[in-house]
Amino acid sequence: MSEQIVGTIIRISGPVVDADGMTGAQLYEVAHVGNDKLIGEVIKLDGDVATIQVYELTDGLYPGEPVAATGASLSVSLGPGLITEIYDGIQRPLPVIKEISGAFITRGIEIPALNLEKEWEFTPVKKLGDMVEGGTILGSVPETKHIEHKIMVPPRLTGKITKIVNKGKYLVTDLCAVVEKENGESEDIFFMQKWPVRQGRPYKSRLPSITPLITGQRIFDAFFPVAKGGTAAIPGPFGSGKTVSQHQLAKWSDAQIVVYVGCGERGNEMTNVLEEFPHLKDPSTGEPLLNRTVMIANTSNMPVAAREASIYTGITIAEYYRDMGYDVALLADSTSRWAEALREISGRLEEMPGEEGYPAYLASKIAEFYERAGGVECYGEDERFGSITVTGAVSPPGGDFSEPVTQNTLRIVKAFWALNRGLAAQRHFPAISYLDSYTLYWDNLIDWYRKNFSENYPELRQEAMALLQKDKELQEIVQLVGPDALPDSERLTIEVARMLKEDFLQQNAFHDVDSYCPPKKQNDMLKIILSFSDKMKELLEQGIEVSRILELPIYEEVARMKYVPAEKGFESLEQKIKELTPEIFTQ
Amino acid sequence: MTNTAPLRKFKTVKEVAGPLLFVDLKGLSGVSFAEIVEIDTPSGDRRKGQVLEVTKDVAVVQCFEGTSGLDTSETSVRFIGKTMEIPVSSEMLGRVFNGRGEAIDGGPNIVSKTLKSIAGEPLNPAAREYPTAFIQTGISTIDTLLTLVRGQKLPLFSGSGLPHNRLAAQITRQAQVLGEGEDFAIVFVAMGITSEEANFFRNDFEKSGALERVILYLNLADDPAVERLITPRIALTAAEYLAFEEDMQVLVILTDMTSYAESLREIGAAREEVPGRRGYPGYLYSDFATLYERAGRIIGKKGTITQIPILTMPSDDITNPVPDLTGYITEGQVFLDRGLHRRGIFPPINPLPSLSRLMKEAIGKGSTRSDHKELADQLYANYARSRELRDLVAVVGEESLSDIDRLYLRFGDEFEHLFINQGVNENRSIFDTLDLAWDLLKTFPQPKRNLKRILSETIDKFHPATRDPNTDFKTVDI
Repeated sequence: MSEQIVGTIIRISGPVVDADGMTGAQLYEVAHVGNDKLIGEVIKLDGDVATIQVYELTDGLYPGEPVAATGASLSVSLGPGLITEIYDGIQRPLPVIKEISGAFITRGIEIPALNLEKEWEFTPVKKLGDMVEGGTILGSVPETKHIEHKIMVPPRLTGKITKIVNKGKYLVTDLCAVVEKENGESEDIFFMQKWPVRQGRPYKSRLPSITPLITGQRIFDAFFPVAKGGTAAIPGPFGSGKTVSQHQLAKWSDAQIVVYVGCGERGNEMTNVLEEFPHLKDPSTGEPLLNRTVMIANTSNMPVAAREASIYTGITIAEYYRDMGYDVALLADSTSRWAEALREISGRLEEMPGEEGYPAYLASKIAEFYERAGGVECYGEDERFGSITVTGAVSPPGGDFSEPVTQNTLRIVKAFWALNRGLAAQRHFPAISYLDSYTLYWDNLIDWYRKNFSENYPELRQEAMALLQKDKELQEIVQLVGPDALPDSERLTIEVARMLKEDFLQQNAFHDVDSYCPPKKQNDMLKIILSFSDKMKELLEQGIEVSRILELPIYEEVARMKYVPAEKGFESLEQKIKELTPEIFTQ
Repeated sequence: MTNTAPLRKFKTVKEVAGPLLFVDLKGLSGVSFAEIVEIDTPSGDRRKGQVLEVTKDVAVVQCFEGTSGLDTSETSVRFIGKTMEIPVSSEMLGRVFNGRGEAIDGGPNIVSKTLKSIAGEPLNPAAREYPTAFIQTGISTIDTLLTLVRGQKLPLFSGSGLPHNRLAAQITRQAQVLGEGEDFAIVFVAMGITSEEANFFRNDFEKSGALERVILYLNLADDPAVERLITPRIALTAAEYLAFEEDMQVLVILTDMTSYAESLREIGAAREEVPGRRGYPGYLYSDFATLYERAGRIIGKKGTITQIPILTMPSDDITNPVPDLTGYITEGQVFLDRGLHRRGIFPPINPLPSLSRLMKEAIGKGSTRSDHKELADQLYANYARSRELRDLVAVVGEESLSDIDRLYLRFGDEFEHLFINQGVNENRSIFDTLDLAWDLLKTFPQPKRNLKRILSETIDKFHPATRDPNTDFKTVDI
């Protein structure tokens, strides 16, 4: 690091501050602004004037106060202790801030992201003299019961181990190993690393996505799955259930690590996550969900520049766990608030606006972010695979999907889960449109579904989706002429579609059993509804009216399937449907 | 945050544009961002303003009391070196203030050693506690279907000509927490309302005796727009003091947020900012959040802040940025419906597009009554069905309906006239409201078959036909 650069504030406009005398400062370098040392980042350089976005409130700052460049770019600390933590947008732990400043967040607090006093049990797997390269695992630390935190050689470092610590307890600031590079220089590796947030962590190669991220939510898994390493967007107007959907994904996704970024959203929602996650159990490990979760909370009333950074802080942490070989799910709620932060900063910089006042570079920023998702072969010699699945909530103004953030997002993501105000008004939850949503991953995932759902599952799905489409056409006719005008066969279609909607797609996030629906149960439920449909058709052909079939108790039983625990199975129900004959109606 | 920069007085106003003053600082530093200024006009009165932007040479000042009468030669501007603070104390209860926090009820101004910055610092999400306690408004539709929870922000979405002010006044008079020994206070913030409306609120609270637990802030339609930007901040600062230092349960009613947003737009335009949607500034969402997110509960504190912001949707358009962005921040919305209003129903709350996101935690045994949740689901489903059928009847006629469908239609009418509809002075307890709902459901002759959202045990226990006449149903314990 060169001699420290100290400039002087010449202009303050909200979160944007100009300082002169900053020759030598670098773009995206962190700066301490004013006497209170507010944390900021250089976002523009013009001659000796640097423009800095400040991550804290700038009230009371005045021209003439000093600005000191720190020489480092905005980075996150990566090491054991990230899991279960809740951070603000620039990785300051909120519980520690609370201890320092009470319930309200005051300014100029600079605290380490990781607990520097906690000791971690380290077990080395490499020894003195071993040749290592970037990504090589030196050893591991049990971070939670099921998460082995791998201590890795930083990317792009190759050489021979000249020192490595023994098994034992260490702090994150302790030295782990020393590597001698080919040119003879030595480099120290600590348990904690730093990585600049705006730069993606490298990997060996990208892999195609052939496994779905199972979420336990029928509309996603059974109809519109996202692949592990894929990207999905949930756009929707307010009140349509974006946040509940995101919470459901955070709770039940079969990822090993979940990074939840609450970006410019409600404070009470983060509180809800904080209060719920320690008590809910991960369906695959039985451990509290908190023990696989990292949270970033930059709520709507927290400084807007830190909101811009929060997305990058989140994805960098996700990449770090991906590099260990884990499947990571990153949930960003909401990317629109992030885009608005970009717009606000851009406005203060007096940049030429694009559509709706958003900066012209909005599209490339969104693309850059989603491109950091993916399934990869990680760096390191042991052929590890990891993935990041990114799901972004989008909050289009007025629920209008033609606005720039939704449109630019749709160009990038491959799974589109469209929330619909009409469905929400009917209390059809999750209010995800079964007609407008799509997934482009399906073709890659068909084999997985044949193997893990059932051999003919893709056909079942196709049949169900065609029925729903047919239903939509029939509903238009019903609106005009009333349901009585339809022939019985078409009334049957409407009835089956209603079962699909109410008994299959609607899922109660607040019901103990229904909140999470395992894959096998999803397959069974769909199969039973469709075989019941076939049976009804058969009976209809034999002269039994639809209305009489609907009076059968078995019809109620089908509707209650979602509340039946998966372990109980549905063999007897299947059998009962098979055994339905016209005779029972004559008794 | 204050600093110790020396007091500075300038007579160098370069430009007056709309609500803004541009002051030449002659290269003297020491003027800080967001600090308060005092402006002495040529005619000798003193106004207040705030620094919006500052460079080495120029400070941009917004003047809270309007810029009329200011000039570029005589006007002097004094920077007082700190951001805006107000004195707070429990003496504020029962008082009436203008939009700048000055007493206008003839009494003395508030004097207190406790000064609070009106900007408010963001509440740490890790220090929040999830809202779970019920507030009874005495309005059936709100209490049953859109339950208000302590620490929640639940806006009223209204339109011009709808009776949101009468409803707001009624809530102010009636709201109470079911719990003994808890102090309840209301901070009523009027922004850009007419003096007639202001008088209505004032008289209403004085007559009903509600005023003693109310702090009233009145920024009128002809008060300067800029003042409107500080009124809610002053009021919320007072609310925070009462809630978090005096342990009170505080309900803040903000009306009308649309006027507030228009003031923000006015300032944005005067500063020549790049506008976002429909001319509103791009930071409208963040700005709203700095108000709405001041609602909540804090771990370890007894008091809470609950907000009911009221907004009028221009031409009833819910996609207008004001209701839209509000809806994204608040925890639900209460929707006033012009159709219901035309049919003479008061309060014209349409439960179908309305929602209270937090109600599920605040109802049930111990808070309201154990049948509340199922009953609310059933009322909602039946009313939704009746509205659908009403549309269908308009097309195909009532003859083609089945018997059960006709019952739904009848239920819908009764629900509107007997349940949603209630007198301006009618204060229904939650128990009376729930029992009224059961009475309406008697329309359906086979409760266990027709009322599918209610468990059969609940029907046995609470349905008027089967309930035990000796049980006390007016308690949260069953």
